Amino acid sequence: MSLFLVVALPFLGALLPGLMNSAGRQACAGVTFIVSLAAFIGLLTNLPAIMAGEVVQARVDWLPALGLNFNLMLDGLGFFFAFLILGIGLLIITYARYYLSRDDNMGEFFTYLLLFQGAMVGITLSDNILLLLVFWELTSLSSFLLIGYWKHLPEGRQGARMALAVTGMGGLAMIAGMLILGNIVGSYDLSVILQNRELIQASPHYVPALILILLGCFTKSAQFPFHFWLPHAMAAPTPVSAYLHSATMVKAGIFLMARMWPALSGTPEWVMIVTTAGLITMVLGAVIALFKHDLKALLAFSTVSHLGLITMLLGTGTAFGALAAVFHILNHATFKAALFMSAGIVDHEAKTRDIPRLGGLAKLMPVTFVIATIAALSMAGIPFLNGFLSKEMMLEEATHTTLFGIPWLVPVLATIGSLFSAAYCFRFIGHTFLGPVRDDYPAHPHDPGPGMWLPPAILVVLVVVIGTAPFLAQPAVFFVTEAVLGGTAEIPIKYIKIWHGLVPALFMSVAAVVGGLIVLAMFKPLMRAWDAAPRPEAKVIFEGLVEAIVGFAQAIILRLHNGSFSRYAAFASLAIVVAGYYAWRTGTVGEATRVMQPVSPVALAGWVMLVAATCGLATLHRNRLLSLVLIGIVGLMVSVGFVFFSAPDLAMTQLTVEVVTIILLLLALNFLPNVTPVESSALRRTRDIAVAIAGGLATMGLSMHYLLRDAVTTPISEFHLANSYKGGGGTNVVNVILVDFRGFDTYGEIIVLGIAALLIYALTETLLSSTVRARLLNRVPDQPQSGSRHPIMMVVLTRVMMPVVLMVGFYIFLRGHNEPGGGFIAGLIVSIGVVMQYMASGFSWTAARLRYPYHGIIGAGVLIAGLTGIGSWFVSKPFLTSDFTYVRIPPFQEFELATAALFDLGVFLAVVGAVMLSLESFSRLARRQDAVDDAHPMDIDPSRDDPPDTDTTTQATEAT
Amino acid sequence: MEFLVASAIGILTAAGIYLVLRLRTFPVILGMSLLTYAVNVFLFASGRLVIGAPPILVDGVETYTDPLPQALVLTAIVISFGMTAVVVMIALGAYLSSADDKVNDPTDPEAQAKAEEDVA
Repeated sequence: MSLFLVVALPFLGALLPGLMNSAGRQACAGVTFIVSLAAFIGLLTNLPAIMAGEVVQARVDWLPALGLNFNLMLDGLGFFFAFLILGIGLLIITYARYYLSRDDNMGEFFTYLLLFQGAMVGITLSDNILLLLVFWELTSLSSFLLIGYWKHLPEGRQGARMALAVTGMGGLAMIAGMLILGNIVGSYDLSVILQNRELIQASPHYVPALILILLGCFTKSAQFPFHFWLPHAMAAPTPVSAYLHSATMVKAGIFLMARMWPALSGTPEWVMIVTTAGLITMVLGAVIALFKHDLKALLAFSTVSHLGLITMLLGTGTAFGALAAVFHILNHATFKAALFMSAGIVDHEAKTRDIPRLGGLAKLMPVTFVIATIAALSMAGIPFLNGFLSKEMMLEEATHTTLFGIPWLVPVLATIGSLFSAAYCFRFIGHTFLGPVRDDYPAHPHDPGPGMWLPPAILVVLVVVIGTAPFLAQPAVFFVTEAVLGGTAEIPIKYIKIWHGLVPALFMSVAAVVGGLIVLAMFKPLMRAWDAAPRPEAKVIFEGLVEAIVGFAQAIILRLHNGSFSRYAAFASLAIVVAGYYAWRTGTVGEATRVMQPVSPVALAGWVMLVAATCGLATLHRNRLLSLVLIGIVGLMVSVGFVFFSAPDLAMTQLTVEVVTIILLLLALNFLPNVTPVESSALRRTRDIAVAIAGGLATMGLSMHYLLRDAVTTPISEFHLANSYKGGGGTNVVNVILVDFRGFDTYGEIIVLGIAALLIYALTETLLSSTVRARLLNRVPDQPQSGSRHPIMMVVLTRVMMPVVLMVGFYIFLRGHNEPGGGFIAGLIVSIGVVMQYMASGFSWTAARLRYPYHGIIGAGVLIAGLTGIGSWFVSKPFLTSDFTYVRIPPFQEFELATAALFDLGVFLAVVGAVMLSLESFSRLARRQDAVDDAHPMDIDPSRDDPPDTDTTTQATEAT
Repeated sequence: MEFLVASAIGILTAAGIYLVLRLRTFPVILGMSLLTYAVNVFLFASGRLVIGAPPILVDGVETYTDPLPQALVLTAIVISFGMTAVVVMIALGAYLSSADDKVNDPTDPEAQAKAEEDVA
């Protein structure tokens, strides 16, 4: 199967669990399992090629200009990790099916899990480091979603946030590191980078790149001092802890160190940083784990410790270290996932995972006891289990490693780490399962069904098989190690075996196990000492740090963003003026090439009216009705200006939009206060005037500047003018640009318009279903109402005009291709015609006569425009390619038929629908309890002869 | 003529900014409408000012004004209606639910809470 498919399957499959949610838990888990299985089998089909020594590749250029290509490769190392991810994934999915309760949204869980799985497989198969970064961040995000899966738990939310902050910041550092690395080599392809060890290590940028990349690895793999997020991530459901936080995601950092091993390792910096961090993490994690009472916290810190162990092995930079690391990755994945699942079973059955409340479970849940014990003993390093083998190799490697010039430092610390590791393993078994059966468990514990114990049991079988017959796992481990080494070194030993003779490592191992038993025997006094000792609490430190940073940011930002919109607007205006001024000063300013055209008296008169209305608006804006009149004048003069400067289409559009905008504002003013009170001080107004004048002068200067200069290059409009008739079949170039040359833009614009209208509709619905509704219904109008709700003259006139308006709209629509007009303008004209009916005859009367809802009209418009565009695919042309022809049906004259007209019809419908839906929504707000619309607006209602009194009117209307 | 258009753009912008800086929603909406006019005219004028040469192809006529800015501004005008409508709706919703049409967050949260209680 193609590597693309292996990576894509989990992502595509992530759509399925959500869809299957209502089909039941079995179907939901089943479909997830099948998706994972398909990806797993797909991976396995590549195995023969890998065994033959090939590197399977799949490449496609994504953004070649940035060096970001979708290149995938599969070698031994990638296969090993992908195998672990998908293989353990299958077990976890089975386990989660039985672990999650009925209240949990299983579809959501499995969707996140598959997203994670896809991202993780993507990391292991990426051959491009930028692509790898994309997947890397995706694992951080999906891990965030999974940790916070139980949204009602504050620990879950906090843990998720902490994990995202730490791993996300590490990811950012890594992006920088990877960019430096790509810059050194001149390629972002991993296969190229791995070939350039000497070039990279000789570069002066090697150390910064190394540190940044290691930051990413250490945060992801919870290495000291970034280890603290992992225990808090344990608030996640246990399947997540077992999968992400022991077997796979936290190994991503390790994977990357292994992947980059041939290019980055072996230098003193590498040994120093990686080994030290690993060593500290290993010892610290083991010590803390011993004193944790929560089973999952204990396992979490033990994971931290083991990740430290693997990191340390990779840090030594020797081939033997790499071999031991690979082997331990495999072993740790098997026994730790099994342990987590066992802890989950205990939690699930006993309803607690607090060790002091447990004990004696061995008799109650024998199956779980056996599974957990074997896995824990393997982790403790007991012979004939797989953990023993890799731990032995680790100790062996430790004896050969010197740090800070002290030969005994690493071996001693490694032994101490192993000692505590053994101690917490014994505690896990002893304090949970052994001892007397208690009678105060929160629930009655018993073994779960095979769905829950079978997945860990399968892993435990592996633990025993590898532990007793290491030669079975040996070819695979050697094979993967060769991929890690990438030809830079030879594997020093021939085979992995249980008995090496009386080597130092054996004595260290014995010391660790015996020491572990002694520590457990002295556990109570040690625990008291531990409780008494002051310890830094990572969570408190982290949150304090976050708070300090937030406080610092707020101290700066609150000066600009203090919740005052006026302040933002003022700062934004000034900033734009200053930036524009800077650009002006630093750019090249050419000489004026155009001469001013003479001012005609008509134009001057128009200018005077525009300026007078604008200034009047600024000074008289407190009277809101008057300001609407004034802004109407401004709009009118702008339209006239468009006519004057050869833009008839714009003038028609501006004029019609002006009408609907004013109606809209009038409708809104119906609810808003009629006057704006004086609130700001004279000083503040002076300041605002200064800002306004600065902005005005700037735009004026800029406009003046380019109006006097010709364009620097020839505008592309030459093309439009030349091809409008030839190619688009229309003589109105503006309309041809809209429906043809830039049809895709227009298509997007009608969609935006439709969305705006739907948004208004949605807001209206929200308002009408809230407490506002009651207030609106009982609203007392602040202005005296006219006695005649539907003036008969207006009713008659608008109805007579309606067919005329529709005809004009139709005419404007048809002629749009060749003369000023088109779908936009026709749509606005028809909307005005319909709005007139609302205004004259009332809401109910008009609504009752509407055959199609406005939503449908918007949808139909967008659909027609889209289908017209798609139509061109059937003749193998790109989207929205237009065509036209001339036909003649006697006795008519020859006329044109163009697909662009169909597109314009879509525009027309979308505009009508959007405008009407907006205005209708506003008027729905205005319907009041006492304003029952007359059934027949043209009926004579005798009660109207009385002075206007809403109450009597209502009663009279209701009586009729 | 160029000066008339440039100064009109400048005055529309200045009045628009001044109104946007007011403290109530209605003048802010009017100010945004003025800014919309200014921007539309500005974009339109980027095709330079040509009198009496509309971009309607006629046989024998060689010079036309630049049609592209016109096409762009045409959709901008229609979209600006959608934008105004949404802003007005938001302003209206805010006013109806809190009986307050101020654009800035209250400097005194207690007074605001009291006002909301009165409304409820």
